[in-house]
Amino acid sequence: MSGASTAHSVVEPSAATKRIAAFLVILYAVITMVPLAWIFATAWKTPPDSIAYPPKVVFDPSLEGYCNLFTTRSRQTQDYIAELGPPQGTCDTVTRQREMVIVGPSNYVPRFINSLIIAFGSTFLAVSLGVFAAYAFSRFKIPLKDDLLFFILSTRMMPPIAVAIPIYLMYREVGLSDSALGMILLYTAVNVSLAVWLLKGFIDEIPREYEEAAMIDGYTRLQAFFKVVLPQAATGIAATSIFSLIFAWNEYAFAVLLTSGTAQTAPPFIPTIIGEGGMDWPAVGAGTTLFLIPVVVFTVLLRKHLLRGITFGAVRK
Amino acid sequence: MAEIRVESLYKSFGDFTAVKDSNFVVENGEFFVMLGPSGCGKTTTLRMIAGLELPTSGRILLGGNDVTFKRAAERDIAFVFQLFALYPHMNVRKNIGFSLKCQGMPQREINRRVDEAARILRIEHILDKSVSGLSGGDRQRVALGRAIVRQPMCFLMDEPLGALDSEFRHLMCGELRGLHDRLKATTVYVTHDQVEAMSMADKIAVMNRGVIEQFGPPQEIYAKPASMFVADFIGSPPMNFLHFHAGLPRGAAEARLGDVVVQIPTLHEDVAPRDLALGVRPEHIAFDDNAPLRGSVYGSEYLGTTQIVTVNTPFGQIKARTKSTGEVKPGEKVGLRFASSRLSLFDKVTGRAVRSALHQGAAHG
Ligand SMILES: Nc1ncnc2c1ncn2[C@@H]1O[C@H](COP(=O)(O)OP(=O)(O)OP(=O)(O)O)[C@@H](O)[C@H]1O
Ligand SMILES: [Mg+2]
Repeated sequence: MSGASTAHSVVEPSAATKRIAAFLVILYAVITMVPLAWIFATAWKTPPDSIAYPPKVVFDPSLEGYCNLFTTRSRQTQDYIAELGPPQGTCDTVTRQREMVIVGPSNYVPRFINSLIIAFGSTFLAVSLGVFAAYAFSRFKIPLKDDLLFFILSTRMMPPIAVAIPIYLMYREVGLSDSALGMILLYTAVNVSLAVWLLKGFIDEIPREYEEAAMIDGYTRLQAFFKVVLPQAATGIAATSIFSLIFAWNEYAFAVLLTSGTAQTAPPFIPTIIGEGGMDWPAVGAGTTLFLIPVVVFTVLLRKHLLRGITFGAVRK
Repeated sequence: MAEIRVESLYKSFGDFTAVKDSNFVVENGEFFVMLGPSGCGKTTTLRMIAGLELPTSGRILLGGNDVTFKRAAERDIAFVFQLFALYPHMNVRKNIGFSLKCQGMPQREINRRVDEAARILRIEHILDKSVSGLSGGDRQRVALGRAIVRQPMCFLMDEPLGALDSEFRHLMCGELRGLHDRLKATTVYVTHDQVEAMSMADKIAVMNRGVIEQFGPPQEIYAKPASMFVADFIGSPPMNFLHFHAGLPRGAAEARLGDVVVQIPTLHEDVAPRDLALGVRPEHIAFDDNAPLRGSVYGSEYLGTTQIVTVNTPFGQIKARTKSTGEVKPGEKVGLRFASSRLSLFDKVTGRAVRSALHQGAAHG
């Protein structure tokens, strides 16, 4: 749109329309950001501040939430605390003010690492399997292709809870319950259907001529796939990876049911952070804040592709 | 550099036969054009030569070797696609050198070959650009560069100028032919544009519904069309057809169209009574008030040195190409005289040309 034509253009919205649109977008952004902002703020409150009524918007920031998130503590008498040596680090100080001492690290870090392994592992598997399957569906004559594609999609049609119990029993039988491998396989199975469908759309858009040109130039089909198709499907792969990762990262229902100890992920763990006299909301806020970081970083890294990819190939090229 | 030989090639997609009994030989260094309307099987034939599609039956020989069932990579051919298929994630230099990289050629040698191809095509200045910003003509040249850098046995091109606008297409036609004259590489070129075909080809195969209707040099295709389809497809405006019913013996040198007698090239075969069509190129018609075939002028189209005059006759509308100096007015009565040695006679049932002094035993395709 050239600047000169703006005034009379029928395509370019007027300045007023644009201002209203911008206002609405900002309003929407603010509304969706409020809960997040509240979580970030809560993480910096003290437990009494976090449950104060009326809610405190202005407060003295405290590291207590983060300290409580990473530690387990036990209550001690003042005499006992007085006999201890000088506090080591901020958290020690904060904890002692509450007449408690740190007895060890909490489970947050291992749970977080579980989440990382399971979410990234299953995303990698789902996208790798998906891109090969999508390529095959896109390029080859496959008997019952449409039925197979529908079948793959149909795995997402039922609510997860419908299969939760059978999977629980199956996993217990084969020894996959509460294992990272089990969770990776499960999330891969759920995500692979999404990956096949999304990626097939993207690969359909890549003209066959590219591979054919490469094959005439002496490459095998597999080489042509890696050198020519994959780079051009980067948009789709990025978008699919983000959707898969967000699902696997946030998944709660299966995680609650199938993991309890060693393989537990962060989502079922965070709500179980109990402080004295109820939920330890600052610790929950801190855990949630940190929990958001990997997805945000991953999305920002792939944002360039995602913005193009989210149109599902419609305006690629 | 090599000869391409195609023997009784068939290709079916399910019930549909896209290519029927195709036979032709492209000699070493020849520029061969496959010409035909959309959907006639040109691309399918080319893809079979390239190894991108397996024939249903028939044989393909490249330089004497049977390659019918060899993979594309083993055939040593270069293919220029209609939409060029330049890899968008590589710059021009990488695009051109992509095939050499596969052969494991050292980078120095790749660079040398790419630079040489770029020099031939005059695209040295864009070698380090991304292909996405290039103009149509430059893309075209990069696509050609990708083909010539390999120094393959032959080039296959599928409507390589189809994506360019007409002005530029003309220019590229000349460049392509010039390139071919320098490289002397056997080339198969597919197009539906008769001007492209006529101006570039050493030999043309005119295809229609999967069948090669005529195979020969452009002059022959134009002057001695083997079928009504070819006569109609080539030439602008196309050949005129005068429809009549008659039987003619071998050796006959005139045809009777109603009460009009027209001299024709001596027939070399007997024609049993049937529906026939007399084919006349517009430029083989002259106005002559003494001529027995008469009509009235319907309109004229001025083209500079020549004009196309449309005349209504008892045998239908006829277009004549005459000098634009002789002015004609709509409604004017004119006589039409044909250059009798240039006339073609077609059997309307089969569409084939009747053998005559002009069409010497021309049972083509
Ligand atoms: N893979 C295929 N499956 C089914 N039919 C096909 C396939 N490829 C080509 N055809 C059919 O074969 C016929 C010939 O196709 P082809 O692409 O060779 O035509 P063409 O002469 O190159 O036409 P155009 O000038 O439009 O490119 C067409 O009717 C087309 O629909
Ligand atoms: Mg074609």
